[in-house]
Amino acid sequence: MSVTPPSVVSARKLGLTFQTGDGPVHALSNVDLEVRKGDFVSFIGPSGCGKTTFLRVIADLEKNTDGEITVNGMTPEEARKSRSYGYVFQAPALYPWRTIEKNVALPLEIMGHSAAERAKRIERTLDLVNLSGFGKKYPWQLSGGMQQRASIARALAFDADLLLMDEPFGALDEIVRDHLNAQLLKLWARTEKTICFVTHSIPEAVYLSTRIVVMSPRPGRVTDVIESTLPKERPLEIRETPEFLEIAHRVREGLRAGHSYEE
Amino acid sequence: MRRLKRNWQPLLASTLTAISAAWLPLTQPGAPVPIQGMTIALLLLAAALNVILTLEDRGHAIRAGVLFIGAHIPAGMLLSGLDGNEGQMSASFFLMITASWLLAWGTVSELAQIEPRSSAARSFLRLLIPAIFGVWILILWEAVTRGAGIPFILLPPPSAIGARIAGSIATLWADVQQTIFKAVLFGYVVGCASGFAVAILADRFAFLRRGLIPIGNMVSALPIIGVAPIMVMWFGFDWQSKAAVVIIMTFFPMLVNTVAGLATAGTMERDLMRSYASDYWQTLIKLRLPAAMPFIFNALKINSTLALIGAIVAEFFGTPIVGMGFRISTEIGRMNVDMVWAEIAVAALIGSVFYGVVALVERATTFWHPSNRGG
Ligand SMILES: Nc1ncnc2c1ncn2[C@@H]1O[C@H](COP(=O)(O)OP(=O)(O)OP(=O)(O)O)[C@@H](O)[C@H]1O
Ligand SMILES: [Mg+2]
Repeated sequence: MSVTPPSVVSARKLGLTFQTGDGPVHALSNVDLEVRKGDFVSFIGPSGCGKTTFLRVIADLEKNTDGEITVNGMTPEEARKSRSYGYVFQAPALYPWRTIEKNVALPLEIMGHSAAERAKRIERTLDLVNLSGFGKKYPWQLSGGMQQRASIARALAFDADLLLMDEPFGALDEIVRDHLNAQLLKLWARTEKTICFVTHSIPEAVYLSTRIVVMSPRPGRVTDVIESTLPKERPLEIRETPEFLEIAHRVREGLRAGHSYEE
Repeated sequence: MRRLKRNWQPLLASTLTAISAAWLPLTQPGAPVPIQGMTIALLLLAAALNVILTLEDRGHAIRAGVLFIGAHIPAGMLLSGLDGNEGQMSASFFLMITASWLLAWGTVSELAQIEPRSSAARSFLRLLIPAIFGVWILILWEAVTRGAGIPFILLPPPSAIGARIAGSIATLWADVQQTIFKAVLFGYVVGCASGFAVAILADRFAFLRRGLIPIGNMVSALPIIGVAPIMVMWFGFDWQSKAAVVIIMTFFPMLVNTVAGLATAGTMERDLMRSYASDYWQTLIKLRLPAAMPFIFNALKINSTLALIGAIVAEFFGTPIVGMGFRISTEIGRMNVDMVWAEIAVAALIGSVFYGVVALVERATTFWHPSNRGG
């Protein structure tokens, strides 16, 4: 490509230190990262390496203590206030007193969309995550996987260009996960959103991403950034190709290097 | 063994009936209206034996039906035999009452094992079982007070209380209007509403929360009813001073519970609101208040009881000549205990209805809470 797409997330020497009762915890240190429009970036690394924290800094749910970060060229706070991202948490976090439909409508109500517009978007996003027909159910009447899909529908409903997803499929079985991965890729290809995706699964990271960010703990930092050479069109079978396995191997090596650093 | 376990109430009832049949008559020697009571004994025996022998393998519903009839016809005959014989009943009478009570117990335990298919039958059973329970409390109360001649002052029989209620509808209605419709309802609504409003303010302004909540917790534990005489001095003898007591009593439980409830929404749910750049009021209305509902209803239920107690007791310290608390305190002085009990019965009825209505609204509002789901 000759023209580089605009930057969506840009971190320079980003650091975050939590002050806790047992002294400071360096959750992030010296993170340099550039996420461009249309990227699908996966974050992978051992537990506690700061993946969630990094996503939360982008989302302005946590403030960095060092370095700089811009989101869509603004400070994270300005970006949050202009509703530039949708966040999918590790748990569905649906409100039990609202039906699935009303849960999806929640951001739309807050952002002041009209009732007709809400109805249209609810139908479209529930269809997108294969939940049409479940709109009138309450979250606790649905399986865990369906709840997680509803929470994705909620994040998609207001059409933010940036999607932050924290292990959204972590609690699901392999088959459902494969299915949702494929659907997510389709969605990404169709809507040209920028996605930051946290995962513990190497195949998931490789299958989904255009770039894989490998992180390591204490202090949390980026140890490797792997550009994927896979084509944009990815059937599930691509996971058996030598090219796929080669990238997965490099991610694994990167993770190992991060670990050995510790010992 | 199984047979014994299933039939122990009728077995014991038939044994008691046989013993009491040997001690007939039902009245003591010299009673004004002597009663033999052989018919009752035969009825009881027949019902008990029928259940043990011929209905052994029948379903719960049939056994319950026979036990029900076998318990209540003799019980009715025994109670009607009390007329004119107050304090003159023999041991035989009490044994037979016990026997019919055992058969009623058997009825309830058979009913409790029925598993109805339709939901209408289920709700009918849910009402029937406690109704039989309640009726038997009254039957035993009546039999003991009148049969043993317990002094009226100590404990009047329910029939006398019922007659008193029927004969004093006008007075009772005036008392209810004064105490419930004025003091309780006004005080409850104002107390709960202001507790709620101050809780929202305390949530918005930290200094209020820090200062007010510890005091609220402390005051919730105090016997606030003690301020009643002072309220009478401030607001006069009429219902306004009682409403003031109710307001003070209900205010703090509502304040403390609402503030606690507003803190229950989870961090992730709040972060979600933050990610939508939702403002304070949107987060309050769409997340924190719904999450606080179980706490708020808890306060509404506690307060329904407190309001009733507060208004009635506050009237002991001075009222115009009407009101439930006023009636209780003056009638006890005149030894009219049946009137006191009549007021207590009315208060109990209103209290249950009040609580029940709040609980129904709660079920409709917090159906999503894990403790209410699927119920
Ligand atoms: N609010 C907080 N206060 C103090 N320390 C925190 C806080 N949040 C996170 N940490 C610490 O920061 C580090 C990074 O946490 P983070 O949640 O980002 O890890 P993670 O990579 O998402 O792990 P996992 O894969 O288990 O979700 C951890 O050591 C954690 O203990
Ligand atoms: Mg995490």
